[in-house]
Amino acid sequence: MALLSRDEAQAILTKVLSFSKADECEAALNGRTRGNIRYARNAVSTAGGSDNISLVVQSRFGKRSGVATCNQFDDETLRRCVQRAEEIARLAPEDPEYLPLLGPQQYLSPTTFAPATAAISPDVRARVAADSIAHCEGRKLSAAGYLEDGTRFTAMRNSKGLEAFQQSTTLDFSVTVRTPDGTGSGYAVADYTDVAQLDAKALTKVAADKAAGSIGAKAIEPGKYTVILEPAALVSDEGMFNRLMYALDAREADEGRSFLSKKGGGNQLGQRLFDERVTIYSDPLNAQAPGDVFDGDGLPVKRMAWIEKGVVKNMYYSRFWAEKNKKAATAFPSGFIMEGGTQSVQDMIKSTARGILVTRLWYIRDVDPQSLLLTGLTRDGTFYIENGKIKHPIKNMRFNESPIIMLNNVEAIGKPQRLGGNLVPPLKIRDFTFTSLSDAV
Amino acid sequence: MKRREFVGLTSLAAGALFLPNFPGFGGTLVDPARLLEPMMDAAVNKRLADAAMNAAKSAGASYADVRIGRYLNQSIFTREKQVQNIASGESYGAGVRVLANGTWGFAATNTVTEAGLVKAAQTAVQIAKANSKVQKEPVKLAPQKGYGDVTWKTPIQQNAFEVPIAQKVELLLAANAKALDNGANFVNSALFQINEQKYFASTDGSYIDQDIHRIWPTFGVTAIDRASGKFRTREALSAPMGLGYEYMVPKAADKIAGPAGTGLIGYKNSYDILEDAALAAKQTKEKLTAKSVTPGKYDLVLDPNHLGLTIHESVGHATELDRVLGYEANYAGTSFATLDWKKQNKPYGSKVVNIVADKLQPGSLGAVGYDDEGVKTKEWNIIKDGVLVDYQKTRDQAHIVGQNESDGCSYSQSWQDVQFQRMANISLKPGTQKMSVDDMIKNVDKGIYIAGRGSFSIDQQRYNFQFGGTVYYAIEKGKIAGMLEDVAYQANTQEFWNSCAAICDESDYRLFGSFFDGKGQPSQVSAVSHGSAHTRFNGVNVINTARKVG
Repeated sequence: MALLSRDEAQAILTKVLSFSKADECEAALNGRTRGNIRYARNAVSTAGGSDNISLVVQSRFGKRSGVATCNQFDDETLRRCVQRAEEIARLAPEDPEYLPLLGPQQYLSPTTFAPATAAISPDVRARVAADSIAHCEGRKLSAAGYLEDGTRFTAMRNSKGLEAFQQSTTLDFSVTVRTPDGTGSGYAVADYTDVAQLDAKALTKVAADKAAGSIGAKAIEPGKYTVILEPAALVSDEGMFNRLMYALDAREADEGRSFLSKKGGGNQLGQRLFDERVTIYSDPLNAQAPGDVFDGDGLPVKRMAWIEKGVVKNMYYSRFWAEKNKKAATAFPSGFIMEGGTQSVQDMIKSTARGILVTRLWYIRDVDPQSLLLTGLTRDGTFYIENGKIKHPIKNMRFNESPIIMLNNVEAIGKPQRLGGNLVPPLKIRDFTFTSLSDAV
Repeated sequence: MKRREFVGLTSLAAGALFLPNFPGFGGTLVDPARLLEPMMDAAVNKRLADAAMNAAKSAGASYADVRIGRYLNQSIFTREKQVQNIASGESYGAGVRVLANGTWGFAATNTVTEAGLVKAAQTAVQIAKANSKVQKEPVKLAPQKGYGDVTWKTPIQQNAFEVPIAQKVELLLAANAKALDNGANFVNSALFQINEQKYFASTDGSYIDQDIHRIWPTFGVTAIDRASGKFRTREALSAPMGLGYEYMVPKAADKIAGPAGTGLIGYKNSYDILEDAALAAKQTKEKLTAKSVTPGKYDLVLDPNHLGLTIHESVGHATELDRVLGYEANYAGTSFATLDWKKQNKPYGSKVVNIVADKLQPGSLGAVGYDDEGVKTKEWNIIKDGVLVDYQKTRDQAHIVGQNESDGCSYSQSWQDVQFQRMANISLKPGTQKMSVDDMIKNVDKGIYIAGRGSFSIDQQRYNFQFGGTVYYAIEKGKIAGMLEDVAYQANTQEFWNSCAAICDESDYRLFGSFFDGKGQPSQVSAVSHGSAHTRFNGVNVINTARKVG
């Protein structure tokens, strides 16, 4: 039941709208089926799955709106759900940020669904875990990993004639490999639309090689270093890349509480704030990292430049803020793409006289929203580079750095890889600020 | 990272797209009146649970537990003079956990009927048997006696769901008005309320009916200097609590004056949101022109409303046995406090450091009668006179450290997630000699006073941390000497706790906590309190966090 076809979903939504007595009504169906397996200490620890489908109805009388949900779809339940939304709407205060619902929209055809991923069985998950564990047992290492796959659909319809449907599949795999004595640790992570692209053995080998290679880490003095940040260091664990992109909100900037606020008022849209090699855009039809074709408001997601040659080209304008400022509303994409070159991480190491290779950054927290200063630590594979080669593993360090400063100190941009639904290249950055050493492995 | 701790209200309220997905605040959106409807009948639950346990045993389980849960929540968000969102949610269903072939299996269903639970029990046994093929060592459970039919309820005075939404909205908007009247440019406020109605049954013979309540009011106040483009925020000094709406009704007896010269007030079992919002606005404006800290070594005096998260990160997580053993290696991390490290009896902290774990303290987020595997809750020592003496454990972990009793640390965020080891309340015991915060400050020559919640980051083994607060004051020659900005302290857990020099007495003790602590894959949240009194740490490294961009 968790997955409905376009026709099945729209039939339910049409019926919902037929029950409405409100000025405006919008209904959405969201369904998701997920499965996972988790392992640690070379044994499966938990495995599970869940199915869920829910209907959200929003009813509006003038500027008053109410929302109700249900997860059964017989006529009586649907009718009650609509009635409840209408009752809540009648009691609600007027919304000063009210905007009429959107009318019919043109959407791109989504490319986010892979049948093979939707068909994953518990056996497939168990085999992935068993293969990953076997590789580590063979090398007397210890694996802890997690695989989660999911299939999702969203259908929307409203009384103004908007109709939308999309479905997608995702698969996320990550593994941390440690040496039995706890002196070495390595990490690998990947996500895909199509399970056929997953090579868990190869990813486990990357993590295992890093674990074995990070034994005997030496301490170096914290300070400013040239770093090569692998994509996982930029994106996973709510990384610096994601945090920069989430900060492109026009309202916060106009209100004076963002790094994009301008002295005296307004925002820095159109200003060059980053190295001119920095271009970040979104494209829901990208073959490697396809994304949603509409957002939660029903706004179409299209290819859009956010940062182009270092210039802030677009910011996120909600429908309300766009209307107030006579701008076009911008849909928030499900992933971002940073343009890169052709260099691999290995190529970037070869051209580095002295620097640090970073696998993963962890526990990243805001320190100062004024400068977007963030802090966090390296983890699971940190290595010193000298004369174009990995010289030795080093102890982990804490950084205090802003992605704004980082993207002004670009030395080289490598070949983008998919991670977290984004396409992100490895980056070579000069003067990256490490402030203290950590004994953590 | 899906660790969705509440990271400041400013970003939270920026727009629907940026609303964090609060775990524990899902479920079906319902009419608020439904939150007061009685639904869980213990006699019916017992019959359903027995059916599930019998089905599990028939299918080959050696042990089974059933959790039938109704999880209710309500959140209210406002900014300045308007309501942004009000949502009331309900999630109802049952989870069945079994041991078969020495391996755990779990399945959940929202079909709360005999047939639904029997099917979930059978599925759980199938999963356990399938996973047992890759099992290395069979699960060993610490013995647990059955308690028969028992109940427990958070000792609240007023169920927050009984208070009309209009009244709650009015209070938040009044707090916003106080902030705006006192010079704030922006203010966001929120009220989170949770009620877990949980029925637990196990093949050990326990049938436990519990009714648990939690509440958290909070806000973020922002002041802006348009000319310089500078902005600063001060967060509320409330605490998330295991209380009812009585927490929102201020009582003079619950207020403790902060250090002379700061205007700060500490809150125990009730909170004055209007008073705090007014002070926050004044302090936020003052922050705009406060002196930027000179980096160096300082003696720190930490407010309980700040120290709570320092305890959480550097002691709470470091002493969770699943992390110590490596079960969280791929996500939340492991711990420096390994079994081998503990054997060395190295000092975790100075002699004055005594840290206890408990799930009993009235008003705390962790207080329950029984945990989610039917273990009666208790208090026990974690650090005694500066030395690590124990960990936090569940039934299947006790034997690993040679014990035969669980600490009652099992928790699941809902009926549909499997229960696992979660943090108990972890609290620093107050000092035994009479001492107020002013007594403490008068002996500090060069120091910094830190209050409230700010930026908290720690490594995956809990050695290196960097923490900040929401408001800072310089201490010079025994007195508060003006506000500071751009402060964060960096330390190593063991060095930091060994620099602990003094702790105020019991009269200064109060709770702080975390409402959305994340752990596990898929990630689950839990809520946990940390009690302490003002505490002094000597010679801690302070950095300046100001950076110039653009």
